[in-house]
Amino acid sequence: MSDLTASAAPAPAAPAAEPGRKDGSDRWTQTLRDITGGSAMISILAVVFALVVGAILIAFTNERVQETAGYFFSRPADLLQAVWDAVAGAYSALFQGSIYNFRSKNFLTAIRPLTETLTFATPLIAAGLGVGLAFRVGMFNIGGRGQMLIAAGAAGYVAFAVELPAGIHLIVAILAGLLGGAIWGGIVGLLKARTGAHEVIVTIMLNFVALYLIQFLLRTPGALQAPGSNNPKTPAMLPTAVFPDLFGPRYNLHAGFLTVIAATIFVWWLLSRSNLGFQFRAVGQNPNAARVAGINVKNVYMYAMAISGALVGLAGINQVLGTVTTGFGAGIDAGIGFDAITVALLGRSKPWGIFAAGILFGAFKAGGFAMQAAEGVPIDIVVVVQALIVLFIAAPPLVRAMFHLPTPGTTKKPKIRAVKSRKTNEVVAK
Amino acid sequence: MSTLTEGTAPVPASAPIVKPTVKIRSWKIPITFGGFAVLSLILFVGLGRGQRGELSTFRLSEGRDLIQLPEVALPTFVTGVFVAIVLVLLAAVSAWLVYSHRKISIVLTILFALLFLVGFLAWAASGSTIPVPGLLIGTVTLSAPLIFGALGGVLSERAGVVNVAIEAQLLAGAFSSAVVASATGNPYIGLLAAMVAGALVSMVLAAFALKYLVDQVIVGVVLNVLVIGLTSFLYSQVLAPSANLNSPDVFPRLNIPLLSEIPIIGPVLFRQTIIVYVMYVAVAVVYFGLFRTKWGLRVRAVGEHPQAADTVGINVNRTRFVAVTLGGVISGFGGAYFTLGAVGAFNKEMTNGMGFIALAAVIFGQWHPIKATLAALLFGFATNLQNVLGIIGSPVPSEFMLMLPYVVTIFAVAGFVGRSRAPAADGKPYIK
Repeated sequence: MSDLTASAAPAPAAPAAEPGRKDGSDRWTQTLRDITGGSAMISILAVVFALVVGAILIAFTNERVQETAGYFFSRPADLLQAVWDAVAGAYSALFQGSIYNFRSKNFLTAIRPLTETLTFATPLIAAGLGVGLAFRVGMFNIGGRGQMLIAAGAAGYVAFAVELPAGIHLIVAILAGLLGGAIWGGIVGLLKARTGAHEVIVTIMLNFVALYLIQFLLRTPGALQAPGSNNPKTPAMLPTAVFPDLFGPRYNLHAGFLTVIAATIFVWWLLSRSNLGFQFRAVGQNPNAARVAGINVKNVYMYAMAISGALVGLAGINQVLGTVTTGFGAGIDAGIGFDAITVALLGRSKPWGIFAAGILFGAFKAGGFAMQAAEGVPIDIVVVVQALIVLFIAAPPLVRAMFHLPTPGTTKKPKIRAVKSRKTNEVVAK
Repeated sequence: MSTLTEGTAPVPASAPIVKPTVKIRSWKIPITFGGFAVLSLILFVGLGRGQRGELSTFRLSEGRDLIQLPEVALPTFVTGVFVAIVLVLLAAVSAWLVYSHRKISIVLTILFALLFLVGFLAWAASGSTIPVPGLLIGTVTLSAPLIFGALGGVLSERAGVVNVAIEAQLLAGAFSSAVVASATGNPYIGLLAAMVAGALVSMVLAAFALKYLVDQVIVGVVLNVLVIGLTSFLYSQVLAPSANLNSPDVFPRLNIPLLSEIPIIGPVLFRQTIIVYVMYVAVAVVYFGLFRTKWGLRVRAVGEHPQAADTVGINVNRTRFVAVTLGGVISGFGGAYFTLGAVGAFNKEMTNGMGFIALAAVIFGQWHPIKATLAALLFGFATNLQNVLGIIGSPVPSEFMLMLPYVVTIFAVAGFVGRSRAPAADGKPYIK
């Protein structure tokens, strides 16, 4: 418990420094404290600290750094130069690959990485919303992979095999995908509600079932396999069912991003404005209390898993109708179903939080590929940095202790109470 | 907020005990039996496989066995019809038992499952031979990491810390055992390194969960991602360029004298690697430790009711920390199976979701070491059945064969296990 006292120690010291001035300056101190100790500061510090750890890893595994470390004592500057080159090179490639490319003379090409970031973020946000919604109802949806595959299969089939007028075709394909995801998620909710089967087991198992089902369909002529081909791959989507590009053919960003914005608004409305969403949150907080209050908990599980599956399915739809429109194989989910869990956790299961977290992870993904290509740093480092960010953001006391930050709202309280109140705060926050 | 805790919290101890007067009929088991009976009717009888008098042969001995058992050859179609009829009868019996408010004995369920299995194998092996010892040897071998992972999970969750990080512990064990065994040239030191790595991962889990009170599911998921990223990064940057860091010696299969010559059981249980032998010990030790020692009683107490445990002077967080760390040691040891027991080199994400299957085994096995081991064996059997059927050629599209174990698991979880209840304080940090 040493960290608790360490971080709480500055708290009583501050008012003692200037006992006379209590009116104006006190409010400023308080505001400053709220900023430095608040969750925004924690988030920024978490990102900074994760990047520092990433930098250490990059530096340690760099060949030039290892070489120069051999004669560190004769010429230490060489080592520092090598470390700086390795880390700065990697992170500047990461930035230029995800946000703005300085090397490009033209603004329209320089901004292209940002649109790439949004393209990568699109399925992450959709799937993150699905996983986050399940979290809010107290369920753990690890079935993102299966739900994405089924939705991709359903949407893809409608998109390449059915001929419909432009516009309607796209809508029908999206609806087919949403239905597919909703059914795959709904099975889990149904089994949990009717038999008590644990959703963690059922979602994991359904991932494999969906994978093999799609693999079978992909090699069956007349189902998903492209006619006249032996590869387990679908034909290209018909142009009438493909998401239009948002900023012309020069950028990969497609209208799927708009569906994800709509989905975020929908989840926000559902959770904080609708009757059903209230029931969701009540069950998530305490299923027994919800049951006593007259909420049909079993139905809530079913609806929540179906909606969660549909949202995760939207990620699969975006993959096949927006990102990979030339036909897809069984790897179309690209691990997004699992990444979505981290996105939902970073976004604290709140719709706009997930939206922001998805964009951050999209940026890491887009930049990670650029970094791997330009500097030869494996993209896996990005995964490490992402995990560390979530870990640190989830543990505010740890970050406060590391950076000796004050705890918000503890300026005027005596030491013991400050520690106590913060403890209770955290319990409430959970 | 624990996502793994079930909705049915126990009644507070102070509440008066009311004896239930209404008998509730649960039709889950008859419905599941009925489903499987219909399935067997369709598969074994309806599809008409083996009607031209094909035989399904079961080979019971391996060529080098001392005692040779004869091969058993069953006529495919007749066996299928027989099994299907018996299964329908058993389903009817179970329905009658439920109707008359009697209990369905576990023996009936086991009998049903075994019969279905025999029928299925006979049906699948129409006109070819199934090597029964090979099927079972592979089962035990493939289950090893699952069993270690499940034991680690049970230990941690019994103490009240949700362990989603089994995948991370396995992967960390696999990575460090490969590197250390290659660097030192001694696979036994590799095993030690695997245990240390697993313990480190679970110490991080315990520190964040117990000291910083972070949601345990979050820490677990994040640790999985972190270890996957870290090992993949180090693999690409360090192991791939210099191969001598990633070429550990693989443990040979050790035949235990006498025991390994018992028909069927011998080859299956006693011609394995040292990792599997340690596994037998680990299962027994975890079971004994949890249910027969003072320490185990304390671990279960802090997992069920930390306030009560604290009141009688048990240091809740220290007990939890130790249990979680020990769980990591066991899971990490299981990770060594991937590199030192099977492949002989580390690969990116080589655990391939096994940690999550182990987590499923923990829940399927109702947080009990023996039951979780049996659940893990079931998954191992399913995986190996795919391999064996892949070799002899399967009658339906292979994807459906591959799918079957997972479908069976869903049915089993929905039909037989139902609501499995986690330790009461699982996932809840203890704050004085």
